[in-house]
Amino acid sequence: MEQPLITERLRAVRQPAAMESSGEWCMAKFLMRGGTLVDATGVRSGLDVLIDRSDIVEIAPDISLPKGARLIDCDGCVISPGLVDLHTHLREPGNEEAETIESGTRAAAAGGYTAVVCMPNTEPPIDSAAVVRDIIFVSKDALCRVVPAGTITIGREGERLSPMVEMNACGVRIFTDDGRGVQNAFVMRRALEYASALGAIIAQHCEVDDLAEHTVMNEGYLSSIMGVKGAPNCAEELMLIRDLELAALCDARVHFMHLSTSGSVELVRRAKLAGKQVTAEVTPHHISLTDEMLSGYNSIYKVNPPLRARSDITELVKALSDGTVDAIATDHAPHTKASKELPLDQAPPGMIGLETALAVAITVLKGNSSGIPAEVSSPGRLTIEPSVLQYSMSMVDIIAAMSWKPAAIAGLDIASGGRHGGPLQPGAPANLAVFDPSAEWKVDASRLLSRSSNSPFDGLYLTGRVVHTIYEGEPVYLDGEATR
Amino acid sequence: MSPLRNGLLSVGDLDLDGIGNIMKLSAVFSEVLGRDIPKVPALRGKTMAMVFSEDSTRTRTSFEIAAKKLSMDILSLNSSQSSIKKGESLKDTLANLHAIGADCFVIRHSSAGVPAQASTWLPVPIVNAGDGCHEHPTQALLDCYTLIKELNDSGDSADDDQILKCFNGLAVTIVGDVEHSRVARSLVKMLDMLGAVTTLCGPKTLMPKYVDKWPVRVRYRLDEVLPETQVCYVLRLQNERGSGIYLSSMREYAMNWGIDHRRDALLPDNAVIMHPGPVNRGVELASDIADSTRSLILDQASNGVAVRMAVIYMLLANSGDVTFDKGAFDKGNLVSMRYADRETNEQV
Repeated sequence: MEQPLITERLRAVRQPAAMESSGEWCMAKFLMRGGTLVDATGVRSGLDVLIDRSDIVEIAPDISLPKGARLIDCDGCVISPGLVDLHTHLREPGNEEAETIESGTRAAAAGGYTAVVCMPNTEPPIDSAAVVRDIIFVSKDALCRVVPAGTITIGREGERLSPMVEMNACGVRIFTDDGRGVQNAFVMRRALEYASALGAIIAQHCEVDDLAEHTVMNEGYLSSIMGVKGAPNCAEELMLIRDLELAALCDARVHFMHLSTSGSVELVRRAKLAGKQVTAEVTPHHISLTDEMLSGYNSIYKVNPPLRARSDITELVKALSDGTVDAIATDHAPHTKASKELPLDQAPPGMIGLETALAVAITVLKGNSSGIPAEVSSPGRLTIEPSVLQYSMSMVDIIAAMSWKPAAIAGLDIASGGRHGGPLQPGAPANLAVFDPSAEWKVDASRLLSRSSNSPFDGLYLTGRVVHTIYEGEPVYLDGEATR
Repeated sequence: MSPLRNGLLSVGDLDLDGIGNIMKLSAVFSEVLGRDIPKVPALRGKTMAMVFSEDSTRTRTSFEIAAKKLSMDILSLNSSQSSIKKGESLKDTLANLHAIGADCFVIRHSSAGVPAQASTWLPVPIVNAGDGCHEHPTQALLDCYTLIKELNDSGDSADDDQILKCFNGLAVTIVGDVEHSRVARSLVKMLDMLGAVTTLCGPKTLMPKYVDKWPVRVRYRLDEVLPETQVCYVLRLQNERGSGIYLSSMREYAMNWGIDHRRDALLPDNAVIMHPGPVNRGVELASDIADSTRSLILDQASNGVAVRMAVIYMLLANSGDVTFDKGAFDKGNLVSMRYADRETNEQV
């Protein structure tokens, strides 16, 4: 558990690591056989994929196994561009007991992710170029690409702007005070202006503290009989309305994180129709779980924004299916067992999600079309309402929301000079997720690769399982096991 | 006949039979408390751990005396003088008390849900003695027991099978800070099960959002509901939970929702006034009225001991060497049980 101090690690830095992985460990060729290719160009079957070093070199039917190449069996699986998470808490530096860059990226690899944007609410927070460089240095050998997000304000205190220009020069494209919304409208206005001139994005955690502070769950009938403070939907929506107006005023891009209410997605839908530069994400837990999970005061289900009502889930899924919401982001938030065993009002909010995100998305969004029986409420399964099933999505659309759309938002796609999100073609980077879309598996939180086990899906059966993950040509996750 | 094997975390853990049994057993223990030697050996050798992380006078002493009257040993922990102060987690503290030998736990905590969480950590029954703004089930039980004694005119009728009939259609008005009241959350549930008609009255800021889904009527003007009120249950204004910011001023609260002499006169002659204590005299209740003949405040306090004896007895009645069956409720069985009477001790 002993982590070297940041200063010690920095002493070891010869020069800032290159932002793109060199793929130096990929000395072998790999032939991926038997999978169905899913990328932004559509679905292709009957093709093998040959990988040499960090790139795809050939996609063709029946490629013969080159000498010295290893065969990776993808029979019955989908091969897609690696998933990209816009919202991961890696907890390093500061809370290595809950997660480290190493353990968190191993969890990411197990979830099919080849790139994650790590949130800046670390200790110290990512509010200086020094911390950005430290994280990039430490993640040089990580199992996926780690892209730090910087804070909007110094110390996430919502008062003074952080050095966005300097952090941007180190590769930071997304700025957020995640965990807390920027409360002051004037500060938010200046942040949007400052970031837009850099081509960077302000990502807002929408929550008005005046209405949401000290709340532990959704405000509803359940919170009223449980005698706990609840956050009303409008605590989120009021800030979203304000920021849509401020972004328009500043001609800036704004990204809304982990939207949880029906009202929020309707506001984003209207803003997009009006041509505003806005993107949005939802989490796997907000499209699958309701506040009823908290009835036993189990703080595993405490999260910000809180799990909401069934009607909110329906609208979030509808917004995903019609493209109002761009991305599914995990908000992977590891917390130690001890911290989650505090009283509900003292336990920290958040749940892990990297290793279950794809399966939850498939289980919820593929609905009947993936062969899940209509009576999905059987014990041990997620309850999926008929109102949700009507918005079931194609596999291409699901992966779009988990790979190339978030890659584009984070500036990690090919068009932005990055290496993530596909499409799959010769010459493209070998950042791939391989998953069995119909495999049923039971989540066992104690066996997940994250250092923490605060998964709300523990014990539930999900559909869709990651089998291999290829990061820069290296099989970092192979046959359901991390390779290092 | 279900003993409270899993503890008592919420009124929702009880059914009508369960409430009826606790009422009958409470009457039995009331009789015990009236004896020359008001003590029985029913749970001799059993240990009750009391973990109170919030100030309490009535509930704490009431549980403590109840356990003593049952000849139990008591482990008493006050968070301000325990290892919780040194940074030990509540879970570790409870696990250690269990390891030391606690057979049941009585827990009060300022956070809602702590007794429920504790019940997932510990293999012994837990009684919720008040958790944040959630519930206070033994308070609701002692309030109902007090009403049974009052409305049936005689404590003896408490072992009649019809004891709960007096609640049918009973007009109960709960006045005040419902939002922050665990007493109200337990009492509303129990009165609904018993068939009473409950009205909540207070400033809207102190009514929970979504109270419209509770089994109650909600009124904001107290003067309109008092004439049809049989039981006026006055809640304490909980300034320690920040009630203040929900109100314009104490004076305005007292003027509009306090029970003063004028409002007392609006109540029917036979109406009673209850309060879970501690009373803010002159705020929610005028001092004279708290001491008047229609006030049951001290009856509530004294009945609490018998009710808590009943609850603790039912917790442990089916574990280990204490037998528990329908016969346990035969009055003769327990009445004949005398302290230091080894022969009758055998039956219990």
